[in-house]
Amino acid sequence: MSAKQLSVFIENRQGRLGEVLSVLKNNEVNLLSLSLADTTEYGILRLIVSYPEKGKECLTKAGFSCMLADVLVVKIPHRTGALQEILECVSDKVSVEYAYGLSTDKADACVVLKVSDIKTARDVLSQNGIETLSTDEIDKL
Amino acid sequence: MIWNKEMECASREEMRKLQSKRLVELVRYVYERVPFYRQKMENAGVRPEDIKGVDDIAKLPFTTKDDLRDNYPFGLFAVPQRDIVRIHASSGTTGKATVVGYTQNDLDVWAECVARCMTMANVGKDDIIQIAYGYGLFTGGLGAHSGAEKVGATVVPMSTGNSKKLTTMMVDFGATAIACTPSYLLHISEVLREEKLLDKIKLKSAVCGAEPWTEKMRGEIENRLGVKAYDIYGLSEVMGPGVACDCEFHAGLHVCEDHFYPEIIDAKTLTPVADGETGELVFTTLTKEGIPLIRYRTKDLTSITREKCECGRTSARISRFKGRSDDMLIIRGVNVFPSQVESALVDVEEVTPHYLMIVDRVNNLDTLEIQVEIDEKYYTDEIRGIEKITKKIAHVIQQALGISAKITLVSPFALKRSEGKAVHVIDNRKYD
Ligand SMILES: [Zn+2]
Repeated sequence: MSAKQLSVFIENRQGRLGEVLSVLKNNEVNLLSLSLADTTEYGILRLIVSYPEKGKECLTKAGFSCMLADVLVVKIPHRTGALQEILECVSDKVSVEYAYGLSTDKADACVVLKVSDIKTARDVLSQNGIETLSTDEIDKL
Repeated sequence: MIWNKEMECASREEMRKLQSKRLVELVRYVYERVPFYRQKMENAGVRPEDIKGVDDIAKLPFTTKDDLRDNYPFGLFAVPQRDIVRIHASSGTTGKATVVGYTQNDLDVWAECVARCMTMANVGKDDIIQIAYGYGLFTGGLGAHSGAEKVGATVVPMSTGNSKKLTTMMVDFGATAIACTPSYLLHISEVLREEKLLDKIKLKSAVCGAEPWTEKMRGEIENRLGVKAYDIYGLSEVMGPGVACDCEFHAGLHVCEDHFYPEIIDAKTLTPVADGETGELVFTTLTKEGIPLIRYRTKDLTSITREKCECGRTSARISRFKGRSDDMLIIRGVNVFPSQVESALVDVEEVTPHYLMIVDRVNNLDTLEIQVEIDEKYYTDEIRGIEKITKKIAHVIQQALGISAKITLVSPFALKRSEGKAVHVIDNRKYD
């Protein structure tokens, strides 16, 4: 399974991040994970949310540049080296563009991976018995 | 010292007579040689014989920068290419350059005019002058150069861009004069201060121009460097630097009136205004052979006085510039029109055509930031994708303006759209 990531372009201007969050809140879109890649000029906010399509729609209406992209959300056990093992089994097939964590109340953690070829990565992971989650599944964690 | 007493101190009647004679000749000259002027005069119903002197000048049609652009590159030249010995160019309103050509005589007149200015600025044989205007298509470097040579100064052609070398040579050579933009000179004073060289310089005169500046900046320059700073004016279409300059009394800029006939007009009604009243400066080039201009609208706002100056010169003086009647900006000495940015952005599909130029002065150097709205379709969630767009815009802007700008991408609709004319420029530079 793959999940939808919602990303938003934000200028480095005071209150801009808050504006994004309040638009999502007002539209009852729940935030599951957040990562901010920033430069001195602007930032790219990457989000995993409960309703990605709805999130995109309301942010676009509010004047933000945003897009949806397919990402892999991988469950990883809480032990040393777990993430490294996962990356190792995909690394010779696809390249990882970026990654960030997603926390759950369960014993396992999750990591969000943006890869160059999502289908190949997913196949490799499932052959190795590693589970990837859909947006719905993440929401239920 | 006065370089050319005969011309600079002529009585008003003598000068008027000379200007009238030259104007009559000029009108016949362009009517015969430049189809553009002949057509324009025919459209206005004026024949060369209708112009009997400067009192008749208002009968002639105006010439604008657009006319120069429309006749790009050589359409307004009055002599064949074999008689043109030099070309200069400045940026036009929509990317196309404004091209001017000089005959040998034009270059001689130019050097003569700059020599008058250098003399006003107390620069002569005993001086070592660093010319720190750009050399090249821009008229600043070569223009100031030839006049400084003509007065017999020792000329050091520095050009721009290497402040360290400039300050080192200033000290090592014992330079007594410098010609550059006032903001660059303030920057140089900072460099000198940082290098602890301020007490080692021998500078006494600064010939500053190519951008608007104020009395306050003059005071700042004079205090920091212990020099006298003079204001030299010119524009490449008319000639280049040296059209006018101020003397030690700083009571307006003396115009080289025997070569450039000045008028001040109301920019809206296009009718002449009285001496002392502010309006747009218009020049007619009385002696130019290569590309003579009839009533060229400079778009610079100023006023004129024809009273005798304390320095003894009788030439007409124009006051410090009070602004522009169009939207041209001068950034780091380069003419920039917002329309150039607009037409450059049209070629970049990743952004909308909305933009905002923010001009500022940081550490005495002009800065330009251009905010551009990213087109939603091209938004990407990867930093390097955004960087690629920014770089692409920076490149087309550099190509279009000839100066670099900091590009800032903003969200769609982040830039304000107003009902009427959109605000495209915020100029934070303080002129007073
Ligand atoms: Zn004077």
